[in-house]
Amino acid sequence: MRIINRKPSRVAALALGLLPFVATIVAYMVASHYRRLDNPADKLLPSLESMGQAFWRMAAVPDRRSGDLLLWVDTFDSLWRLGTGMAVSAFLALMLGIAIGFIPHIRSSLAPYLATFSLIPPITILPILFITFGLGEVAKIALIVIGTAPVMIRSTAQAVLDIPREMIIKAETLGASVWQMITRLVLPQVLPKLITALRLGLVPAWIFLISAEAIASTTGLGYRIFLVRRYLAMDVILPYVVWITLLAFLLDRLLLLLSRRAFRWHHVGGDAL
Amino acid sequence: MTEKNIQKLSVQGVAKYYDGLPVLERVNLDVEKGAFCTIVGASGCGKSTFLRMLLSQERPTRGEIFLDGIALPEEPTPDRGIVFQKYSVFPHLSVAENLILARELEEAPLTGKLFGSSRRSAFSDIGDLLEQIGLSGAANKYPAQLSGGMQQRLAIAQSLVKRPSILLLDEPFGALDPGIRLDMHELLLGLWKDLDMTIFMVTHDIHEAFKLGTRLLVFDKIRHDPQAPEAFGATITYDLPLSAPEFGAENTSPEVIAGTISREKQLPLNSSKSNLS
Repeated sequence: MRIINRKPSRVAALALGLLPFVATIVAYMVASHYRRLDNPADKLLPSLESMGQAFWRMAAVPDRRSGDLLLWVDTFDSLWRLGTGMAVSAFLALMLGIAIGFIPHIRSSLAPYLATFSLIPPITILPILFITFGLGEVAKIALIVIGTAPVMIRSTAQAVLDIPREMIIKAETLGASVWQMITRLVLPQVLPKLITALRLGLVPAWIFLISAEAIASTTGLGYRIFLVRRYLAMDVILPYVVWITLLAFLLDRLLLLLSRRAFRWHHVGGDAL
Repeated sequence: MTEKNIQKLSVQGVAKYYDGLPVLERVNLDVEKGAFCTIVGASGCGKSTFLRMLLSQERPTRGEIFLDGIALPEEPTPDRGIVFQKYSVFPHLSVAENLILARELEEAPLTGKLFGSSRRSAFSDIGDLLEQIGLSGAANKYPAQLSGGMQQRLAIAQSLVKRPSILLLDEPFGALDPGIRLDMHELLLGLWKDLDMTIFMVTHDIHEAFKLGTRLLVFDKIRHDPQAPEAFGATITYDLPLSAPEFGAENTSPEVIAGTISREKQLPLNSSKSNLS
């Protein structure tokens, strides 16, 4: 049989999916082993064991100076910044996206401005934000918002424009006012697409979060990995990177689950992503 | 047609241009109350455009349309119902929710949604309607979970909730199987008789047009310029009174009339060739 027509069984699919992960870990272990044969104090490729110990130290042993469990403090602070930023972005995306997508006069006045604004590389705004808002939380959250909101607003506006004209006409013939069309037709049709926009927006949001924390912060996952970089503490950095990846993955899955639960109609005709 | 009494719908000298090119020209029509007008013509001849103008989805470039003697409003209103070939129902609402939506919009101007006992009473009031369109068992399903025929039955029922005096149908059964179409014809004729509506239905199927209509309108170009096929728009070239559909229309079979039309004018009925790109 041709290879394009052969489909793996569930078990085979799972094994095949795990294979690259296992291969990466094994390759790392081999490389680490040979480096440590040359120099038992090697810092570049620490053993899994020492990484596990470092991770445990960060997660379960109170910091000597502050008495905090650093991993959880970092995680909480980072997620709070990320969550607040994304919440503000989602709110802006809904308000402005629906206004731009649904009302031609607002579209004419805001769409070109937004298209221009979204082309500014967000990181170049960071110094301005630090000068304006100081080095506190506001500047970091503002960076996340500036980095993600324009694209999310545009994709929400596009989602509104993608609603078939027939449905809007139909709503008019059923006697709907503009406000009722927004609450009963536009909002329900756009919310699942807003979740998709959120999931896609989280990718740059993490970048802006880590960047802002690396530059000016005293807590946070990004702050920590850039802090311990000074001591070449790969045994902390590598587990933190894995941890950040896991958090990002879980957030993405949670949003997908939310979309499936809350907007079942959106997923009955086949799933995307 | 020229009496002084007010017609249900009166189209006077209507023309429609797109980008300076005429699609429809000099369309004149008077329709009495309770008529079932079926509209046929080659694709691209402007019959859907005509329907969209009756709905106020588009405005005529020239001329005027009067409903009950009053100029049509500038935007779609509840006195004219519409069923499209697709996208007619709301995919995010279940069958029952689609049907109570009009009432919710009327009774809850702020949220557009009813809650609690008023919502329950709205649901119980549509029980008969669900029965009539054969969707009682599917009341809680989403449109994507229904067959094409069920979706169109829902679309027709939804468009009738506001009791429009005019129902516009734009190739409503174009995507359905022949067997399902027959069921839909029954449903539509029954509703037409019960609700005393005036119906305009665009169709590609000339048999359907003859079977359902009390009046057949044929759209075609009367002038042709071979050097510039876009130079002239279409108008109503035939306006045939048909016997009422319940009497079986034995005297005028579709083939006979379609045959005479095409002999006389080489009318491209049901042809996919279009003179208008």
